[in-house]
Amino acid sequence: MMEHVPISHVLIVTSAMFFIGVYGFLTRRNLVTMLIGVELMLNAVNINFVIFDRYLYPDQISGHFFALFIIAIAAAEAAVAIAIFINLYRNIRSIDVEEVDKMKY
Amino acid sequence: MSYVILIIALPFAAFVINGLLSGKIPHRFAGWLATGAIGVAAVLAWLTAYSYFFQSTSFEKIIPFQITWLSFTETLQIDMGILLDPISVMMLVVITTVSLMVFLYSLGYMQGEKGFVRYYAFLSLFSFSMLGLVVATNLFQLYMFWELVGVSSDLLIGYYYDKPEAVAAAKKAFIVTRFADFGFLVGILLLSYYTGTFDFAAITDPNHTAFTTMTGSLFLGLSVLTWALMLIFMGGAGKSAMFPLHIWLPDAMEGPTPVSALIHAATMVVAGVFLVARMFPVFSFHAPEALDAVAFIGVFTLLFAAIIACTQTDIKRILAFSTMSQIGYMMLALGVSDYGDQGLGFTASMFHLFTHAFFKALLFLGAGSIIHAIHSNDIREMGNLRKHQPVTHIVFLIACLAIAGIPPFAGFFSKDEILAATLNSSPVYFAIATFTAGLTAFYMFRLYFLVFWNRETVYEYKPHESSFIMLVPMIVLAVGSAVAGFIPFGKFVSSDSQPLHIEMNQTVAILSIVVAATGILIAWALYKKESPLSEKIASTLNGLYRVALKKFYIDELYVFITKKIIFNLISKPIAWFDRHVIDALMDFTATATNKVSAEIKGLQSGQLQHYAYIFLSGVVLIVLIMIFNYT
Repeated sequence: MMEHVPISHVLIVTSAMFFIGVYGFLTRRNLVTMLIGVELMLNAVNINFVIFDRYLYPDQISGHFFALFIIAIAAAEAAVAIAIFINLYRNIRSIDVEEVDKMKY
Repeated sequence: MSYVILIIALPFAAFVINGLLSGKIPHRFAGWLATGAIGVAAVLAWLTAYSYFFQSTSFEKIIPFQITWLSFTETLQIDMGILLDPISVMMLVVITTVSLMVFLYSLGYMQGEKGFVRYYAFLSLFSFSMLGLVVATNLFQLYMFWELVGVSSDLLIGYYYDKPEAVAAAKKAFIVTRFADFGFLVGILLLSYYTGTFDFAAITDPNHTAFTTMTGSLFLGLSVLTWALMLIFMGGAGKSAMFPLHIWLPDAMEGPTPVSALIHAATMVVAGVFLVARMFPVFSFHAPEALDAVAFIGVFTLLFAAIIACTQTDIKRILAFSTMSQIGYMMLALGVSDYGDQGLGFTASMFHLFTHAFFKALLFLGAGSIIHAIHSNDIREMGNLRKHQPVTHIVFLIACLAIAGIPPFAGFFSKDEILAATLNSSPVYFAIATFTAGLTAFYMFRLYFLVFWNRETVYEYKPHESSFIMLVPMIVLAVGSAVAGFIPFGKFVSSDSQPLHIEMNQTVAILSIVVAATGILIAWALYKKESPLSEKIASTLNGLYRVALKKFYIDELYVFITKKIIFNLISKPIAWFDRHVIDALMDFTATATNKVSAEIKGLQSGQLQHYAYIFLSGVVLIVLIMIFNYT
């Protein structure tokens, strides 16, 4: 069934996902929303891995492993990020990214 | 003879112990420790002298101890060792004996001073370095100990470091001698560059081959060797306070009086004479011009210093100028001497060094005894002290007679030999030296009469005779000053280590006695009783008197040259260049960095999205570049 879906279609979807994630990361003030943007980017990359593996090296499954690996990493990363947000909120009662600017000159 | 090393090691051990434990050990212990060490060293020195002079027939150079200290290459290595030959053995005896007397004397003189242990530590350091200097086997070792002597002298001059004059004097002594040592170092380097060795045994060998190449090449009409020796003599002149490098010695009298006796009268200041004597074969065979310079500087200084000494009123400064004058005699005698059979001047110089050490140390210790009693250096505040200090009076009189050259005291014999040696070579120098002998007698007895006779002075505290421990060394030195002249010196010390037969020149002897007696009589007439005559003479000789009182304005000249000329014309432009060019360059880099960082620090805003935006722009840019490059 996959043979009927051309690769360009999938690439269009993943590119759109990736740049929506970038846009969200750059424009949203809320840290949780920014995290969602990051997840979008990660998943776009995951899909790319799988689809390229399927089209380029149908006999191998290394792309699948990359995808699994990234899902695991992303889960850990999300846990750490949310832990940071909670601590941040306890300290400054806000998770607005523009108020987290202590590390500057 | 391996015990010779102990002579040097013992004072060093005393220095280390006293120096490290200063403040933890009682004064009495520190003093006796140092005195004991130098006492044993003195006994060993006398033993060495006995076995060297009386148990062997010829006076060869022996090296009982030697190690290679620094070995740079196969050919260039620096040794440390002990060289025994007649002059070094004689110096060992002189240094240890005078040191022992001064150490003993200081036990009384310095009693209760705050830095007593420090004083003995430095004094031991000085004895160690001076002994190391005279037994040096090579020029480099000599130079090292030469500097050590200089630094211990500086430390002791500045002993009263809360007194600004003492600090200034120490600084002056150090800078002036260091300046002279610069010449010395260049001389050593020149000499060793051409000869390829530092060793005295090789350098002073008259048949050394390297000298022919050195005498061959000329610079400004004089051979390289002559220049090297002149520079070495410059070092000697600085240490020995020869004109024009003498300005530090009168000021050095700010140190404690026993220090003046040991360092600035008996031992360290004759190091220059010793140096010339050590290098004498080279001077004599290969560079007679340099030897002429030595004689000229010597004769000039002896007259110059004697004239100044006649007008000074500080007891220690009079003695300091007299020391300069006597060292001038030694230099003169070396300068007019020849090698071998005609080497009377050499022997006379060493003889005078030997006797001078005794009577000049005695004069200083006597002066110390007087200063200790009345708490003043000014002879105008003294008078009639013979009633209060009978023993000091007698020993001081002996020393005065010895330095004036009245037989049978020591100074007569040695000065007579110098005069005889001078007569053989230059009548003009002889006339000046004889005239100065009269001047010497005059200024010494001016001092003597003003201090011990003259008017009845009312003292704030009644002066007392010094304590036993101070009198003993003075009496020992007085005996030495009285009898040292009878030693047949030519038998032991001569330029070629062969016994030299010396006959007394009757005419010279009578002439010198008459001149000295005249000087004493004039002093007696002028100063025995309070009389206005001396004032009158001073006012008739107004110009000369004032100039001599101001020490011929040499100090002012130095200040003029350094402050007005060197500071203004050289140092200030250099300082300006440093501040406005070198520093400005450094400042420019700092300022530029500062400005640039101030401009770009806004990039680090702390805004996460700002960073992400820049990062993404960079990525896009790189991707675009790659795309357009690959297609």
